[in-house]
Amino acid sequence: MVELQEFYAVYGSVINFIGINALLALSLNVTLSAGMLSLGNAAFAGLGGYAAGILTLHFKMPYVVSLCGGALTAGLVGLALGLPVLRLRGVFLAMATLAFGEVVRIAAVNLDITGGAEGLTNIPNVTQTWMIYLAVAGAAYFMAVLRRSRLGWALVSMREDETAAACLGIHITYYKAVAFAIGAMMAGLAGGMYAHLTYLITPRDFGFFVAVDLLIYNIVGGTRIWYGPILGAALLTALPEILRGVGVTAGPIRMGVNGLILLLVILFLPNGLASLFTRLRPAPARAETA
Amino acid sequence: MNELRVQNLSRSFGGLQALLDVTFAVAPGAIHGLIGPNGAGKTTLINILSGVVPPSAGQVVYRGRELHRLPVHQVAAMGVARTFQNIRLFPAMTCLENVQAGQHLNSRRSLLPRLLGLPSARREDRQLEEQARRTLARVGLDGKAAHPARNLSYGERRRLEMARALALAPSLLLLDEPVAGMRRGEAAAVADLARSLVREGITILLIEHNMSFVMNLCSRITVLNFGQVILTGSPEEVRRHPAVVEAYLGPGDRHA
Amino acid sequence: MNLLGQQLVNGLFIGSVYGLFAVGYTLVFGVLDILNLAHAAVFTLGGLIAVWLVQAAGMPIGLAFPLATLFAGLLGLLLNQVAFAPLRKRADSRFSGLISSIAMAIIFEAVALGLFGARSVRFPQGMISVHIWQLAGVTLTSLQVGIVAVATLLMGVLTLFIQHTRTGKAIRAVAENERAATLLGVNVNGIIAFTFFISSALGGAAGILYGLYFDALAPDMGRSIELKGLAVIILGGMGSIPGAILGGLAFGLSEVLTVAISGTSNLRDAVAFTMLFVILLIRPSGLLGREKTREA
Repeated sequence: MVELQEFYAVYGSVINFIGINALLALSLNVTLSAGMLSLGNAAFAGLGGYAAGILTLHFKMPYVVSLCGGALTAGLVGLALGLPVLRLRGVFLAMATLAFGEVVRIAAVNLDITGGAEGLTNIPNVTQTWMIYLAVAGAAYFMAVLRRSRLGWALVSMREDETAAACLGIHITYYKAVAFAIGAMMAGLAGGMYAHLTYLITPRDFGFFVAVDLLIYNIVGGTRIWYGPILGAALLTALPEILRGVGVTAGPIRMGVNGLILLLVILFLPNGLASLFTRLRPAPARAETA
Repeated sequence: MNELRVQNLSRSFGGLQALLDVTFAVAPGAIHGLIGPNGAGKTTLINILSGVVPPSAGQVVYRGRELHRLPVHQVAAMGVARTFQNIRLFPAMTCLENVQAGQHLNSRRSLLPRLLGLPSARREDRQLEEQARRTLARVGLDGKAAHPARNLSYGERRRLEMARALALAPSLLLLDEPVAGMRRGEAAAVADLARSLVREGITILLIEHNMSFVMNLCSRITVLNFGQVILTGSPEEVRRHPAVVEAYLGPGDRHA
Repeated sequence: MNLLGQQLVNGLFIGSVYGLFAVGYTLVFGVLDILNLAHAAVFTLGGLIAVWLVQAAGMPIGLAFPLATLFAGLLGLLLNQVAFAPLRKRADSRFSGLISSIAMAIIFEAVALGLFGARSVRFPQGMISVHIWQLAGVTLTSLQVGIVAVATLLMGVLTLFIQHTRTGKAIRAVAENERAATLLGVNVNGIIAFTFFISSALGGAAGILYGLYFDALAPDMGRSIELKGLAVIILGGMGSIPGAILGGLAFGLSEVLTVAISGTSNLRDAVAFTMLFVILLIRPSGLLGREKTREA
């Protein structure tokens, strides 16, 4: 029992961050599973975190209300953002969402209500590990069930071939908007929990690189099944600790290992680590034309 | 009315006139063929009918609605299903899953009952799966239900696309080269399937280059060349018409 | 002191560096339809190698510049070999290529960090003798003029190369239609490798010029330009070289003018990215690009 407490004292924060990152990775998976390369989830998390923080600090709202407020704010902004950008394909959607993320970050740096470059501080750290993992479990369950629902089938069809999906009666714009909003809400929830975990939230917490990190968690873990993003988030969040455990502390080496893992996965295991368990096969070679 | 009326349909892409003033009607319950040399505009026509491409001018009327004004998913909701010349399956899914994806308009699959694990949800899933298997069996693919779609042979892929279109429970089926690349036996099976579908009340409009297939199966045929209708008539009429022969074989020998 | 004129000139300088960087980006996109997100890392390594050659190996800048540029080109070949070529046969090659370029970018930055440390370095003082000119109320330094001259020269040479040489035509052929190019006997794999070589060489050159302009180079210097480079090529039209050049100039000008008008540098990036966002909504193909933004 004492060892467990000691373990937790040392690794508690890593465990917490794994949970937050898993939740964020799952939020990105909603749009990825529809074939949309949206990179705005870090910004949505930031919006949720700031909104929740402001609700707690300035409006003295209880924790759960703040969390819901944060998620809702992120979801509404996600909807507002999503509608105009939904028509964009592939890399253009990625750029638009990245640009959006940058604008949000810069706004956060420059507004008073968000505390400027130092961010919001003195947020009561109410978040407990069990709360985080409850949320992760809930999100994972939701994602698993989503696959078998009408919404889930529509999203996956859209990812495979949008035109064919539309010809099956699937309302592409509607489902993209829904996926966007759900992903944004999930990210907003994660952001709110994060803000109440680390006492503060700053603009650096959800910039361009966090957005790319979330993508990497999904790719490494696998996007085609609900536990893929969790796997990716867990491995890559814990990696620095694991490396430190075997005596590797140098920053460049840790970074290099991250990059190498991503490279190896995309070259040899394109459906992510999860495919080792489900034996999903990679995307097919280009079909020969008649 | 279940008649499909195409009226003065035109479509141009930049400087290219793909379709010009196309008019014909498809009677309910008919198997209507659409033939013509390559580049005649047949696939463009199907794209307009299914709502993927808007016309530059003209109308498409089906069941009293102006189809050409509707977005793609609403055209499908009107009961119009299609296959694609280049085959657009969902490659990462199994055959069964491809058909299940096609059940979108005919399923509820609601999120809440599923989250609660209600037995009604499981019952619906079972029913939908059985239906999907039956549809696969109709195209002769029930043995390959669990196979990934990309592992199928060319002919099998065309049949799977048909099965997915059938999952829509359509009243009008648009088939773009349904038997291209098939051996005679496979193509004959597709013809039989088409006839049985028509007996169930489905109307079929199909594009094909396989002349014996078209002549044996279709009750009426429209011939397109350079985006214009040369003739709409019975197989007999089409076979004998000099303009049709010329369209396919070129102008007659002037030195004859 | 002609304030507007000064701003225009400053915008021109930084814009020409952005343009040079963007040209490499857009070259690869035009040919392969893939975004090479490791371009910024090559930019960084090019600059750092040049500094190392001058400082540690004692080379004159006139020799270090081409050598570092060459080295950057070789990095491009490596990129192609390791991260792009193996994935070209895949159906989702655009997406997986993007991801592998992110991976290579991380690896390259890690290498830069490991070799050069995290502190920023600079070219030795007095390496280039500086003259200052006053022209119509505008101050110009020889360094600035030199940077613009080199950038313009490189971009000009590239444009001429693409337009008038056989290899350039082959590159354009592959960009238009890879299959047709193969049927015409073009060695597509070789052309792609060569395109990466040129693209990365130009990126590395841009990094050296950037480092000269700002008098600071660090392993993370690619980060700020990465997003800007993307914004530039979207603004100018992806796949279009003249578009990248124009876009770079426009971007540089807008940056400088924003700072001048608002009095602070805080909003500079926000304005740029809002512009980008609006452009994506209205005309995603950019100023001079082809309409390839939406595909069935």
